Amino acid sequence: MGAAVARRESPRSPLTQLRWVVQDSWTVARRHLLHIRYMPEKLADVTIQPLIFVFMFAYIFGSAIVVPGGHYRDFLMPGIFTQSMAFASMSIMVGIVNDMSKGVMDRFRSLPMSRAAVLIGHTGANLIESVLGLIVMTGSGLVVGWRADLGLWPTLAGFGVLLLFGFAMTWIGAFVGLFLRSVEAAQGFGMVVMFPLTFVANTFVPTQGMPAWLRVIANWNPTSAVVAACRQLFGNSISTPQASTVWPLAHPVIAALIWCGVLIAVFLPLAVWRFRWAMSR
Amino acid sequence: MSGTAGGGGVAIRARGVRKHFGRTEALRGVDVTAERGSVLALLGPNGAGKTTMVRILTTLLRPDAGQVEIAGFDAIREANEVRYRIGLAGQQAAVDEYLSGRANLEMVGRLYHLPTRAARQRADELLDRFGLAEAGQRLVRTYSGGMRRRLDLAASLVAAPPILFLDEPTTGLDPRSRVGMWEEIEALVDGGTTLLLTTQYLEEADRLADQIVVIDAGKAVATGTPDELKRSVGGERVDVRLRETRQLEAARQAIAEATGRTPDVDAESGHLTVPVDAGAAALTAVVRELDAADVGIEDIALRRPTLDEVFFKLTGHAAGDLSPDGEQIVRGARREEVS
Ligand SMILES: Nc1ncnc2c1ncn2[C@@H]1O[C@H](COP(=O)(O)OP(=O)(O)O)[C@@H](O)[C@H]1O
Ligand SMILES: [Mg+2]
Repeated sequence: MGAAVARRESPRSPLTQLRWVVQDSWTVARRHLLHIRYMPEKLADVTIQPLIFVFMFAYIFGSAIVVPGGHYRDFLMPGIFTQSMAFASMSIMVGIVNDMSKGVMDRFRSLPMSRAAVLIGHTGANLIESVLGLIVMTGSGLVVGWRADLGLWPTLAGFGVLLLFGFAMTWIGAFVGLFLRSVEAAQGFGMVVMFPLTFVANTFVPTQGMPAWLRVIANWNPTSAVVAACRQLFGNSISTPQASTVWPLAHPVIAALIWCGVLIAVFLPLAVWRFRWAMSR
Repeated sequence: MSGTAGGGGVAIRARGVRKHFGRTEALRGVDVTAERGSVLALLGPNGAGKTTMVRILTTLLRPDAGQVEIAGFDAIREANEVRYRIGLAGQQAAVDEYLSGRANLEMVGRLYHLPTRAARQRADELLDRFGLAEAGQRLVRTYSGGMRRRLDLAASLVAAPPILFLDEPTTGLDPRSRVGMWEEIEALVDGGTTLLLTTQYLEEADRLADQIVVIDAGKAVATGTPDELKRSVGGERVDVRLRETRQLEAARQAIAEATGRTPDVDAESGHLTVPVDAGAAALTAVVRELDAADVGIEDIALRRPTLDEVFFKLTGHAAGDLSPDGEQIVRGARREEVS
């Protein structure tokens, strides 16, 4: 036997316990980041897919979409950013389903590691993926001519709102992933929930042209609040007189913060509860 | 070795373990005990409750009732102490397909809180030992079924645990990989590891185990050494095959003379079988009598009962009968899956 034999004891002091939560979370998160190295397509949800949307909407549909008082590309990019944050939750969903169904979760559970670290590692890695995706999207936005016009602080605030939304979506992804049994189901969930969530909104077109019932849904969709907040903070707003009579779109930053707060307040505890249940079966 | 508190020479002790899932009674009061350094096999068909038992013993699952003590620690109240002392290779190879074999082992080492360098060194050691040194840098996705199993076994050994649990370690392996796995397991046991393994293969339990617990439908239906179990079915037999079936009657009389018992006769194939007590002595007596009666022998052997027969006798059905996909499991090695 080599030098490597585990220290066979549990942490006694709370400080050691905390250190292990952090260390184990990093080990789990690191695993997901290694996946990206071996399998860059894992980032597709937050890179390639939004890039395709940038291309489609900026050059194909966009050529026929006229937004009053501005450039469509300026209008489009905050929508794409937001959509990619929503789609990032697919990756954690699939990751968790995979670990649950392939016995990896059991291996973790048989190790003397921190239980919480499994969930923290998963969500932390997901957030890092979102940041990477955002960097790629920002680059491509700049290439197609998008600009944030209001200076450093509002721009950073805009990205802050996006990441907060990404964080909220991560917990939704984790929660749903803990319920699903197969990767196919996770992908199906993406089609059935993610597309309406990101399309029945002001993501790609202003909402005022939609039929009344759809417009109500779109205006109150959390995605719309986040998109509108980004447009405001990036200075990509265009005058949409009708929308501004709707409270969330008239006060988009506050609305986005409230929405994210509510989603996190609901789904983080739910995910933790479901995770603890799954870990103690 | 482990600094166990109490427990004496017993590494694994479970009493009256029960577990239900919905309306399924997966375990209905099972006891198992394994001495330190010994090999215990849980033998039973698909759905018998083997995996459930292993999951309870390895702290993955809470029993509805019963006590579980591993290395002297309570598996529920002192689960983390237990986790430092056990290794588990589950029924599925729980390896990350999108990491290299080496990265898999390193990750497990880190989660045992080994220092980074030690985790790396241990990973290399284990890759070497399981013949995966060359494949170590490759994604596990490219591994064959046998390689995955070996990697999974290696992962369970990262912390050099004194107690090891292997849930169906050879199911799904081709015969050659299976023998390779057996040799690895025997080497571990020679090194002093306490092993609990589950299997559907009677031959496997016979070869590896010191003690066998036969499980059927959530109950332990028999416990003993392989020899004890075989003896319980009723000792040894002499099997005779005749050169010419027309001598059957003469052979029957000669065998009855030699053993004092009437043999079973299969007229069509010219086979006679008789239970004996005296083993080799009975065999020579039968040969002598048959020779004296001028009966031509094609083949004669002293036969010990197989575990297949033990299983049938204990449960009323063959070990492979309960496979849900209708596959015969007793002997048929399933195809090795390569993806
Ligand atoms: N998580 C679970 N939920 C519901 N039923 C289960 C679960 N795990 C096992 N069972 C049932 O319990 C019984 C024993 O299963 P298992 O322990 O896996 O048997 P074995 O490993 O011997 O094949 C089976 O009837 C199985 O269907
Ligand atoms: Mg099983």
